[in-house]
Amino acid sequence: MATETTTNTPSASWEYSAAPERFPISIEETHKLFIDGKFVSPKSRKWFATTNPATDEKLADIATAGAADVNTAVLAAKKALPKWSKLPGSERAKYLYRIARRIQERAREFAVLETLDGGKPIKESRDVDVPLVAQHFFYCAGWADKLEYAFPGREVQPIGVCGQIIPWNFPLMMAAWKLAPALACGNTCVLKPAETTSLTALRLAEVLQEVELPAGVVNIVTGAGDTGKHLAEHKSINKLAFTGSTGVGKMLMRNSAGTGKRLTLELGGKSANIIFADAAIDQAVEGIVSGIYFNQGHVCCAGSRLFVEEPILEEVIQKLTHRMKSLRVGDPMDKNTDVGAINSRAQLQTIEQYIKTGIAEGGQLHEANNQQLPSKGNWCNPCFFTDIQPSHTIAREEIFGPVLSVMTFRTPEEAITRANNTPYGLAAGVWTDKGSKVFEVAKRLEVGIVWCNSYNQFDAASPFGGFKESGFGREGGMQGLKPYVKLV
Amino acid sequence: MRRHVDTVMVEQRAASFTRRSIKTQSKTQGLRLALSMIDLTTLEGKDSDEKVRSLCRKAITPWEGEITPSLPSVAAVCVYPSLVRIAKRALEGSGVHVASVATGFPSGQFPLSVRIDDVTKAVEAGADEIDMVINRGAFLSGHYDEVAEEIKQVRIACGDAHLKIILETGELETLENVRAASDLAIEAAASAGPIADGEVFIKTSTGKVSPAATMPVTLVMLDAIQSYFDKTGVRIGMKPAGGIRTAKQSLHYLVMVKETLGDDWLTPNLFRFGASSLANDVLRQLVRQHTGRYTANFDFSEA
Repeated sequence: MATETTTNTPSASWEYSAAPERFPISIEETHKLFIDGKFVSPKSRKWFATTNPATDEKLADIATAGAADVNTAVLAAKKALPKWSKLPGSERAKYLYRIARRIQERAREFAVLETLDGGKPIKESRDVDVPLVAQHFFYCAGWADKLEYAFPGREVQPIGVCGQIIPWNFPLMMAAWKLAPALACGNTCVLKPAETTSLTALRLAEVLQEVELPAGVVNIVTGAGDTGKHLAEHKSINKLAFTGSTGVGKMLMRNSAGTGKRLTLELGGKSANIIFADAAIDQAVEGIVSGIYFNQGHVCCAGSRLFVEEPILEEVIQKLTHRMKSLRVGDPMDKNTDVGAINSRAQLQTIEQYIKTGIAEGGQLHEANNQQLPSKGNWCNPCFFTDIQPSHTIAREEIFGPVLSVMTFRTPEEAITRANNTPYGLAAGVWTDKGSKVFEVAKRLEVGIVWCNSYNQFDAASPFGGFKESGFGREGGMQGLKPYVKLV
Repeated sequence: MRRHVDTVMVEQRAASFTRRSIKTQSKTQGLRLALSMIDLTTLEGKDSDEKVRSLCRKAITPWEGEITPSLPSVAAVCVYPSLVRIAKRALEGSGVHVASVATGFPSGQFPLSVRIDDVTKAVEAGADEIDMVINRGAFLSGHYDEVAEEIKQVRIACGDAHLKIILETGELETLENVRAASDLAIEAAASAGPIADGEVFIKTSTGKVSPAATMPVTLVMLDAIQSYFDKTGVRIGMKPAGGIRTAKQSLHYLVMVKETLGDDWLTPNLFRFGASSLANDVLRQLVRQHTGRYTANFDFSEA
């Protein structure tokens, strides 16, 4: 009889009300350098502003560390080294456990600050970044008194003073990835956060004070490229760890040649996400989305090159287009936001330039998500390109934004060849229901990380790092300790 | 062809819907929507005429208290075939549908002729909707044609009554089976004649087997519905049943429907909750939003 349903049925259009994260947070107007356990004004007398990329509002002034400041920091680390490195591992572990627990206790504050300063959705800083930060400290704390078991038959010694330069895409998480293994192994550190995202690293310094980490064991110097250069070239640095662009990485490698400094580099990527026709397609589409639109595509291992087996191309495009309609782009402080603000004006311009190049070279742009973007701040609609060949600029160069290049292949051999045809070698995704194919393809991909039927999964126990121009050295896992120890 | 389904990513996506923050206006609207989608259900051996009449009263007017705008009725009352006449009379003119389980619910372990007769009798007694169970024994032993043929015959026996096809996903166990059974059920129903939007539903569970409805299982079924819509433009309905007890859970399901099939499916014509205790929790939350206070259990009629 099929009558129409009930009376006074609510209307079908159901929108989510605004759900702003309201955790109150105070941000000091000026942020000094953290050297020798204290916050100190810069000898350079220079300051720079950090802004909220979602609103363009200034958040605070940050000290610029000049050569003299960097020198003081490195000397403080050098002075702290003998005592710290001679502490029993179990004692160093206590500090790391305390740091981890304090981060958990202040998790909401860190998440809010990370989102304000960097533009990433609060959902991600709350559910991904900050929990992984705590996990990394917990994980490395566990190793601190077991280093001889990580390297059986060898005597383990710290390297010394570590200079560590980190990027702006996962500010606090990168600080944790650098500091935790270094401290566990008995080194002391001078950390330089990226200039657009210094706030959470400086708040971490407060935590270090709270847990009474000995003065000088960790020093934090803020500033732009010059500060990094001073740090990298300082003679008392025994080890340099850098995460960032391949261009800067190459320069650091050239400059450190012959100095005796140890070096690890975690650089750019142009990772392939390969979808075979026998994959679970609905879930693969989910993997495409989390591969490229997670953190606005500001991810070194972003799956920015999609290779789809030809017979399912149309279906994948259709499903991807549909899926992108439910991506919520906008205010990063709203708990329902999936894609936040682009980290800086400069980065936005870079991304926009690549999109223009993609169109000019004949690519077909698809902006499946046509939401009204806020008028202020740095915004880029998630998008993908079809009619792209591996030789197109946007399919070769790292964009570091929510821009995906969709390409095809016909055979596993072709998929592997195309995926490997890049100077980079950081990560890849392989999607197939056939186990033997997963292993065969994964084995032949020249990358550091292969995710099978998933993407962007991180764990402190799992090593992360690249091949070719994506760098060398591993972070996380037992392998992540190796760059921070001398084996004798 | 069986579609591959990968559990890890299904669970990851399903969990993402539970992280949405549904507050204030959207919460009120969502809860009202959820209320209007409930199939208020009683499927006990001890069900009496009296219990069904009382359930029907609740279906029409879920809460006797004052609330503006007035609350919607639920979508349907779901009973055994022997109680359809009682429900039909009690719901007359209210717009609330009578749904009847049939086909030898819940096991389906009866000769086909008996199951078909079960459907025919329920329809004759006035059921607007038939909730059938598929032949899981035949499905799990790979006799897909047999399962499909039975669904087709049941749909024919339904006449104008809408059909909800219960897969009993707790017995199918794997998500791949869930997807295969969903595709099979939809195609089989379509083989009996053209389907108008909302005329055929797929439904997770009888409520008699654990686990009943879960978010990952429902997500896989929604994917099947999406695929069929992409292919044909026909909107199949979805009914998770069993295990959805709280207002919060119901909002998670609505978020999932909105972010997969889209707003078009956010109507009782295309989405239902098979539940009994859910109604009172939704009411409790709605009344709290209205008055600022939680109401005691005894202030709500039992469901």
